[in-house]
Amino acid sequence: MPPVGYLILEYRERSLKVANPLLQVKNLKKHFEHKGKVLRAVDGISFDVFPQETLGLVGESGCGKTALARALMRLYEPSSGDIFFKGESILKYKGKAIKALRHDMQYIFQDPFASLNPRMTAGEIISEPLAIHDTLNSYGRQKRVQELLELVGLHPEYMSRFPHEFSGGQRQRIGIARSLALNPRFIVCDEPIAALDVSIQAQIINLLRYLQEEMGLTYLFISHDLAMVKYLSTRVAVMYLGHFMELAPSANLYENPQHPYTQGLLSAIPIPDPLIEKKRTRVLLTGEVPSPINPPKGCVFCTRCPKVKPICLQKRPPLREVAPGHSAACHLL
Amino acid sequence: MKKLLDVKNLHTSFSTLSKKVRAVRGVSFDLKEGETLGIVGESGCGKSVMAKSLTRLLPSISSHIDQGEIYYKGENLLLKRERELRKIRGKEIGMIFQDPMTSLNPTMRIGDQIIEGYALHHPLASKEEMKMRAIKLLKRVGVSDSETRLTQFPHELSGGMRQRVMIAIAMISSPKILIADEPTTALDVTIQAQILGLLKEIQKREQMSIILITHDFSIVAGFCDRVVVMYAGKIVESAPVDELFRSPKHPYTRRLLNSIPRLDLPPSRQLYSIHGSPPDLSSKIKGCAFAKRCPHAMKLCHDGCPSSIEVSKEHHAACWLFDPRIQRKEP
Repeated sequence: MPPVGYLILEYRERSLKVANPLLQVKNLKKHFEHKGKVLRAVDGISFDVFPQETLGLVGESGCGKTALARALMRLYEPSSGDIFFKGESILKYKGKAIKALRHDMQYIFQDPFASLNPRMTAGEIISEPLAIHDTLNSYGRQKRVQELLELVGLHPEYMSRFPHEFSGGQRQRIGIARSLALNPRFIVCDEPIAALDVSIQAQIINLLRYLQEEMGLTYLFISHDLAMVKYLSTRVAVMYLGHFMELAPSANLYENPQHPYTQGLLSAIPIPDPLIEKKRTRVLLTGEVPSPINPPKGCVFCTRCPKVKPICLQKRPPLREVAPGHSAACHLL
Repeated sequence: MKKLLDVKNLHTSFSTLSKKVRAVRGVSFDLKEGETLGIVGESGCGKSVMAKSLTRLLPSISSHIDQGEIYYKGENLLLKRERELRKIRGKEIGMIFQDPMTSLNPTMRIGDQIIEGYALHHPLASKEEMKMRAIKLLKRVGVSDSETRLTQFPHELSGGMRQRVMIAIAMISSPKILIADEPTTALDVTIQAQILGLLKEIQKREQMSIILITHDFSIVAGFCDRVVVMYAGKIVESAPVDELFRSPKHPYTRRLLNSIPRLDLPPSRQLYSIHGSPPDLSSKIKGCAFAKRCPHAMKLCHDGCPSSIEVSKEHHAACWLFDPRIQRKEP
């Protein structure tokens, strides 16, 4: 695997501004209704994803990360708002057009133990998208499966094995190979490493990075692990209760977090160095995330914010630019 | 400091119809008074099985402690009868489990679950007294509105609150040792910071020793005094926390530490990863269990199992590289 230099990342950051966004999301909402109650999983989010970047999406469990990702792919039907992929609104798409969209947009699922059919061989799993989209004949598909297996670092002979014969890391590689089968441009990685061990996590992250360089992929990388997101992402969005709290280039967000929630989140993460840990002063966030069925009026973070002001309880702050390319949703900025 | 717990050459295995899985293959360590010991390892390395062996909480049908000694206050726990052990479990050695969703009884009220352990060890205590104790304890672990919480069921609480209740259950008899098995793995980072802070605070007040079992090196850095690293059922390295992070010796520890992404450093390099995966514990392992994945492996490593070698004061590593009998050519 060729080493991926930091310079490439920097170069990519600079060239971002010039490119047209691959994906544009405008005021997207996804509400779930049950017994007359409304759960606002995604509540008015707008952002762009540029070609060949990795947009990291972080937040605590239940903040709506997965709902947002699934709404983007139309695995969930968005409640309102609009999504443009390559300049075209995909919310109008029906039937065949949605199927064609999957050529360009793919999904890597969180749990490699649940997302592979236990009764299919690795080869069948990986070639299924090819069969559904009827792209190659059976010989061609077999060739392609071998190619894909090698690409993700598995032996082509493994194609006749069943999922239970693989370890967690290998299973996630199969999931990645499946998502690459149709040569997509955009991949949503939904916590692809959460179920894996530390040493295996690094293998998968390195693989994802290598594939991005090789194939010019664009990622939306969802994780609750902020250190991993820092490692992989060009820009990072911080989500809380269905809203973006902050969206900034990776380096800015980690070195100069603006939103009190981001600051609290970063300071809660332990650093694997006892000397630093002893010297560290913490901004401890008290309490827990409120229920998305009954979110606070005003700023959604106001119940836990250490800097809360009267206006925060009244009015919801919009996400606005506080520095070039760096936006945050807070009244105090 | 006095040794509170002394574990010597512990072996635990599980039998299935077709094979025998040796989950713990000879573990020795000790725990001193008031100390926090971290036991770190990846999934399947035997850390949880080892912890449950300490108080013999594993199912007696499928599991078996093959050999070893566990001394608590000079007495061997493995020789004790079940009835005697019950006086130690909960009262002397408390435990918090990984998943607060599954380790609380869903059909029992929180209050009853908290005082259950106390009632067992104090048969003469009155209901009123126990209730007062439970309320006081819930307040201390940071559960607001503790009086009404007593009558609630686990499903009415959030994950963080449930873990606080678990801590209250473990603390009600003021144990001398608290074994915390991945206490924050199921929780979000902000809640994790709250729970770890709470455990530290209780430890200071109660002068208790903690064994923290985790897969996460970053937690260990800020929480523990001494660390033991496990791999494939064995201890590969043990050292005081500062020493371990400053100069890790065993190739496994070194690689594992390198594969953690750092929040405080720029992401300029490629992440280290350890190729391959841990060995299957149901087959016999000859030599060092890490040899197949180790870049420094010699012929000797595949043949003979290295014993624990003191590389500096209180710092032990089980690796042939540090054996004084091995002659190394200096480059």
